[in-house]
Amino acid sequence: MALERSDVEKIAHLARLGLNDADIPRTTEALNSILGLIDQMQAVDTTGIEPLAHPLEASQRLRADVVTESNHREAYQSIAPAVENGLYLVPKVIE
Amino acid sequence: MHQLTLAEIARGLADKKFSSEELTKTLLARIAQLDPQLNSFITLTEDLALEQAKAADARRANGETGALLGAPIGHKDLFCTLGVRTSCGSKMLDNFKAPYDATVVAKLAAAGAVSLGKTNMDEFAMGSANESSYYGAVKNPWNLEHVPGGSSGGSAAAVAARLLPAATGTDTGGSIRQPAALTNLTGLKPTYGRVSRWGMIAYASSLDQGGPLARTAEDCAILLQGMAGFDPQDSTSIDEPVPDYSASLNGSLQGLRIGVPKEYFSEGLDPRIAQLIHTSIKELEKLGAVIKHISLPNMQHAIPAYYVIAPAEASSNLSRFDGVRFGHRCEDPKDLTDLYKRSRAEGFGPEVQRRILVGAYALSAGYYDAYYLQAQKIRRLIKNDFMTAFNEVDIILGPTTPNPAWKIGAKNSDPVSAYLEDVYTITANLAGLPGLSMPAGFVDGLPVGVQLLAPYFQEGRLLNVAHQYQLNTDWHLRSPAGF
Repeated sequence: MALERSDVEKIAHLARLGLNDADIPRTTEALNSILGLIDQMQAVDTTGIEPLAHPLEASQRLRADVVTESNHREAYQSIAPAVENGLYLVPKVIE
Repeated sequence: MHQLTLAEIARGLADKKFSSEELTKTLLARIAQLDPQLNSFITLTEDLALEQAKAADARRANGETGALLGAPIGHKDLFCTLGVRTSCGSKMLDNFKAPYDATVVAKLAAAGAVSLGKTNMDEFAMGSANESSYYGAVKNPWNLEHVPGGSSGGSAAAVAARLLPAATGTDTGGSIRQPAALTNLTGLKPTYGRVSRWGMIAYASSLDQGGPLARTAEDCAILLQGMAGFDPQDSTSIDEPVPDYSASLNGSLQGLRIGVPKEYFSEGLDPRIAQLIHTSIKELEKLGAVIKHISLPNMQHAIPAYYVIAPAEASSNLSRFDGVRFGHRCEDPKDLTDLYKRSRAEGFGPEVQRRILVGAYALSAGYYDAYYLQAQKIRRLIKNDFMTAFNEVDIILGPTTPNPAWKIGAKNSDPVSAYLEDVYTITANLAGLPGLSMPAGFVDGLPVGVQLLAPYFQEGRLLNVAHQYQLNTDWHLRSPAGF
């Protein structure tokens, strides 16, 4: 199934990517080319095969529920685009 | 002095033939002179390097020893380095000074390695040609009109051009082994979980693995020794003891069973590369190895499965780049959605955007089973093929790439044509296996690599085979004209 312009616009919104209107036809063509490659998977019979997420099938390690991290707020905020009083600034969300 | 390997540098420093400071200054001068032709560095850290070199010399003067103490290296620019720009080859992180060191960076610094700078790479490690970097393409020192491979292309070009004896890289679908092959180096992708991913900017978390690029297997052993080990900070790190890789180099290959999969020699492989691989097989037979013909029947499905799993994980990992906490932020956002959308559209290049979109699509409601789940099932089929093969053989051998380095720009019009170049390397990432590429000859003056794959945690076996091969061949000693 080939993607159309409206599909690409929807996916781009889901990914929060503001595509240029002029670029959408070229992006759509490239995505369809990649999906053509990916769709070769559908011919593979995987009946009864369990999906593999971790190559060594390790599970998440647990640790004791104690504080291990110190406070790095100053260091982390020093590289942020906009901060004030220890908070990250974004455009107004609530009127 | 720039021709010295890590092993030779360690001996020279121990014998006081030169100091780390002298060596570091020599290499920094060489980088200043030659790197404008190659573009292999994004950021040079001269002051830090000289500071580290002096500290290493002082440690040696106090009687300390160590193979990496005073050894100059470079880091691929996706390893976070405290206070130093860590760009990941992207405009998104052009202004990002990492607030901490990656575990790999910290471990190598503690061992006394001297970091000269951060090497160029495909943006967010997405590419096989180092052409998608925001900082421009890297040139192959063997032919400046050709790509060095990617995504660790800056590390590869710098080591091949004798600007550095060794460098770190990362490999998600071949990004250490493929550039190693295309620039006449030895490069090793360890077992998934062997090297900590903490502080390594994530592309596809279930596939990414850091490893060494150097000119010899002996040097890869030294650098890997400094990188490998359990790290509680990385939730997928494996708690397995790290063997002495240098000690395993000298084992005999007598009776070593090498599997040669027929799928590695099918359509698409340059026949001149096939010829060189067969010659390397004969060389290993002379050293006592026994060849077995095997099959990895699901290999052909690896690329489609990879181009679901890697973009899906990337679309999730790269959601953190939102213009709020770090990285690029657009001018005058009109609301929060506009802030996200424009910051990301301006910060990410075209290949990164394509992979984010493919991933978001594959994970979106209604498509998850058909894409992501099916890809993970194929992933198990590929792993099962290897497990069956390793019942009969100790190592698997084939070409690293189907073609030598292509001309810069030759594969830009169709992303899929570049994806197909990773056909032989991607399976090791999907299965989590260790793999190594080593020099096997030249085609039209361009290097060719032979790839070795081993069972989990058998990095020592790969290095052993490569070292024995390199004791009996001289491909790895050739250096590019002009460097």
